[in-house]
Amino acid sequence: MSHLLREHAPITASGWELLDSEARERLEPALAARRLVDFAGPHGWEHSATSLGRAREVADPPGEGVTGAQRQVLALVELRASFSLVRSELEDADRGADDPDLEALDEAAHRIAVAENAAVFHGWGNAGIAGILESSPHDAIELGEDCERYPRHVAKAIEALLEAGIGGPYGLALGPEVYTRVLETSEHGGYPLLEHLRKVLGGPIVWAPGVRGAGVLSMRGGDFLFECGEDLAIGYLDHDANTVRLYLEESFNFRVATPEAAVTLTNP
Amino acid sequence: MSAVGFDQYHEPADELPQATRTFARLCASLTEEAEAIGWYEQRMAVESDGEARAIMHDAQGEEFKHFCMDLEFLLRRTPLWREIAQGILFQEGDIVEHGEEAEEEATEDAASRGEPLAGGESLGIGSLRGSGA
Repeated sequence: MSHLLREHAPITASGWELLDSEARERLEPALAARRLVDFAGPHGWEHSATSLGRAREVADPPGEGVTGAQRQVLALVELRASFSLVRSELEDADRGADDPDLEALDEAAHRIAVAENAAVFHGWGNAGIAGILESSPHDAIELGEDCERYPRHVAKAIEALLEAGIGGPYGLALGPEVYTRVLETSEHGGYPLLEHLRKVLGGPIVWAPGVRGAGVLSMRGGDFLFECGEDLAIGYLDHDANTVRLYLEESFNFRVATPEAAVTLTNP
Repeated sequence: MSAVGFDQYHEPADELPQATRTFARLCASLTEEAEAIGWYEQRMAVESDGEARAIMHDAQGEEFKHFCMDLEFLLRRTPLWREIAQGILFQEGDIVEHGEEAEEEATEDAASRGEPLAGGESLGIGSLRGSGA
């Protein structure tokens, strides 16, 4: 039995299939970072840290005439979003109901996807994770409200990357507000704005809940590294006669190898 | 539709998801590495020049490495395969017996959890690069 303790849950095999499928369906559109950065793993729940290949001096070694250094690692974080489901809804699904209420699972999936994106793009200081956008040394480019100028802003960001010797293709992560604005501006001089941006980038445009503003980043590889211990999974907490408490969980870390490989676009 | 065809695809390539195409490419690569290992084994068996044999031996070592990397990739992407492999690889004793037991245990566990065969306990999402926005 794994640490997820799924066997202890009062959930049938088809019930688990339903929950896993629903979670996958909700998570995949929202996991923006995974569409843009390098992904390594999954290395399993037991995987705890990544070697950074560096060492730091340790003060006061326990002896005369010696020095000490300690290897540096980046520990993985465990990210969890708990939720409760009404057992009768799962029982109805077993009877063949095709509209069980799984809203709590959907909300948990969105929460954990938002958190993963935010950690990758904006960092998570307490976990030692630096984000892509906060690490960028380039001047941020203000997007403004006029979407027709967005291709120009994106081109300027790409120019900054090229001047720093960062090749493409380039991807564009758009926070929800910016994404909506782009969608609402369907045309740019008679040409769909999204298509125009795609041509400029050579890479994908991604809806990125959890991202404030937007960012252009290189997808040539080796610059942004997401390392996965256990990939997203549903585990069991406890239950009573009416409800069952579950959680979505993953373990990961993230590091920026090339801070110059991204440019921040700020939202007005 | 592209007119270019590749042997590793059994189904029309443009109907296959990106992850399945990657999986198929690595399966094809695994096959090629195994073939190369077998070829070097045969060449060394008939080669009388020691220096030539040493080079082939070195080259075969490279193929061992490639084969193992391909295999590890495929096992990481296929938890059920990985679970069965864990019951067979590097075990003392009867290989066939271990195989039967490992398959039975792994498939029963997966079925009791209601999981898709290749899904493992995780949702199996992994990287979404190239999967479309």
